Amino acid sequence: MGTAVKIPFKGTAQQKSELYKVIEENANVRGALMTVLQKAQDIYGYLPIQVQEMIADGLGLPLEDIYGVVTFYAQFSLYPRGRNIVSVCMGTACYVKGAGDLYNDLCERLKIKDGECTPDGKWSLDACRCVGACGLAPLIIINGDPYGRISVSDIAEILKKYD
Amino acid sequence: MGTVNIKINGVSYTANQGITVLEAVREAGIDIPTLCYLRGVSEIGACRICLVEIKGQRGLVAACVSPVADGMEITTTSPRIMDARKKNLELILSTHNKKCLSCVRSGQCELQDLSQIYGVEDEDRYAGAIPESEIDQTAGHMYRDNSKCILCRRCTVVCSQDQDVGVIGANERGFKTYIGSAFDQGLGETACVGCGQCIVVCPTGALSEKDHSGEVWAALSDETKHVVVQPAPAIRFTAGEAFGMPVGSNVKGKMVAALRRLGFDAVFDTEFGADLTIMEEANEFVERIKNGGVLPIITSCSPSWVKYAEHNFPEMLPNLSTCKSPHQMFGAIVKTWYAQKNGIDAKNIVVVSVMPCTAKKLEKERDDQNAAGVPDVDIVLTTREFANMVKKAGIDFVGLPDENFDDPLGQATGAGTIFGATGGVMEASLRTASEWIAGEELKSVDFHEVRGTKGIKEATYKIGDLDVNVAVASGLANAHQLLEKVKSGEKDYHFIEIMACKGGCVNGGGQPIQPASVYNFVDLRGERAKTVYRQDADTPLRKSHENPSIKKLYSDFLGKPGSHKAHELLHTSYKPRSKHGWD
Repeated sequence: MGTAVKIPFKGTAQQKSELYKVIEENANVRGALMTVLQKAQDIYGYLPIQVQEMIADGLGLPLEDIYGVVTFYAQFSLYPRGRNIVSVCMGTACYVKGAGDLYNDLCERLKIKDGECTPDGKWSLDACRCVGACGLAPLIIINGDPYGRISVSDIAEILKKYD
Repeated sequence: MGTVNIKINGVSYTANQGITVLEAVREAGIDIPTLCYLRGVSEIGACRICLVEIKGQRGLVAACVSPVADGMEITTTSPRIMDARKKNLELILSTHNKKCLSCVRSGQCELQDLSQIYGVEDEDRYAGAIPESEIDQTAGHMYRDNSKCILCRRCTVVCSQDQDVGVIGANERGFKTYIGSAFDQGLGETACVGCGQCIVVCPTGALSEKDHSGEVWAALSDETKHVVVQPAPAIRFTAGEAFGMPVGSNVKGKMVAALRRLGFDAVFDTEFGADLTIMEEANEFVERIKNGGVLPIITSCSPSWVKYAEHNFPEMLPNLSTCKSPHQMFGAIVKTWYAQKNGIDAKNIVVVSVMPCTAKKLEKERDDQNAAGVPDVDIVLTTREFANMVKKAGIDFVGLPDENFDDPLGQATGAGTIFGATGGVMEASLRTASEWIAGEELKSVDFHEVRGTKGIKEATYKIGDLDVNVAVASGLANAHQLLEKVKSGEKDYHFIEIMACKGGCVNGGGQPIQPASVYNFVDLRGERAKTVYRQDADTPLRKSHENPSIKKLYSDFLGKPGSHKAHELLHTSYKPRSKHGWD
């Protein structure tokens, strides 16, 4: 079982009724799954199992069909956004300066991978493309704050600021 | 339908319009290799092994997805084609776990066969990164080893299209693509019904049943145990295939001889259990008709169908017959009546079922399958595991003489035999129920309308004063379609037979595996079924209620069909399960 199902679902009645409306509009439309998934992600911000089950039942498709499409496209996420969003620049300059090590260290520390969120909702981790600040390589960005020319030994100190 | 003129390797042929290059070439007696193609089910052109040249087209063409056209000139054997097939095989092998010697499918692997035929010289030619995977052991009946998966998707297609189950599919994309279930549930946590059709179509060793033959060898060598074996009706019509005999060989006598030589203390027959099932089920049917019980009554001998109903049609569970399946009834009788008669403690009896079915491995673990306080059935083997035991024991199966089952639980009628094919349980029930309802002997025991390999069959029979509407479905997608019509009121039946596997048990998920070239182009369902009905026609007794051992069982022990004792020992119940599994 993946880590995605361990995150508590906090969907509201309002969100549910919005999703049901979208499903109803598309229930008999062939090939409507992408549209429904995009709108569902707009409503919830991500596509947890509870949402995928509602879509599967509403469109009469196996849950695995939904999950296969969600994991195929990078635009869909199984994880909500955390309260703090850590992005590691994986552009060429950052990468040769050791961004890979920073990323691996963050994965280990937060126990999540690219695109995931910690079960307590505190942290999200993204491995992103070049942000255009190559002079600061290697670079991580937390909630918009850049931390450049850092090494693995700096990370613990940086994360503490967001406790 | 029109025809087109084509040339294959320079020779002129006429082919039906609309067929594929693959089919046209096959009709000309040439087999084009395939790895992903499943006729009528999966035609995605993904594996790039069926490549051919078509004059005027720049690149090589996938024969499985290209329709023939008038004037088409097809080449199937040029060096360019052979080289491309070989390279594609080497590319598939680049991420394949090549531990072939210990692989369950070694010698029967389509990838291995093609690698040999196309002269793959170095299986590590394109050595590189290997996707990480773990073996999924969560299901009780089978495992998935994705390190041997070539992503042909045959399993996912039979699961969703033939079986309407759809619990496996392709997740992620590109190099990270793997076959799995939603949110990486283990297969055992999903709404998988255990039918094993995915195993039968897998070209490699990625999917296999869990091998329980070790437990049988241990029991056979334990002198304190009395080990009884029962092969299902369908085994005798397919086991020969595992020893290179033609599809449709009836090996009943050799199968009995082989089981005896393996050392079982008694070789009995699940067909006895099938006759017993008919006694109970026909009685249940008659009772429901007389007393205004829940109709249509639906058969319950296919455990994959039962689990499918629990997940997808919980509101129809009251329609299911409460009868246990034949091998479970058989086990219950062995551990009660047989044990008492022979003065053997039920705890020291080991009942081994040889089944065409992987779901029987799950069924024996269900609640309420322990009539004597111990499991009715101890070990379930598939036809494949049985064949492997015979090979391991060095028994010359093909050269064996024909032998007969032991008495009394080896005695059976033709009604028990036809349980192996779709429509058989219906026909067997009708043979008995008709005589019970009308109170007179049937003129003919043949109910032709419910035979044949069509997915859904319907008929109406006049029984006494009653017009009895019956329907038979095989393949769960067909069952789904039929049940929706019953639910909506469009159709009104008294009796429905459902078998999870298309064509019934002779095509079960535990049966000998045939390569794509046979699976796609030989009518396996039809050929196997023909032998079933031939055996039935050749059997002196063809009605379950005329089986002398069954009569004795009731007079000595059970009383009458549907008695309190029969209910205690031979009937069961069902529970609704959630649609998406997890329970």
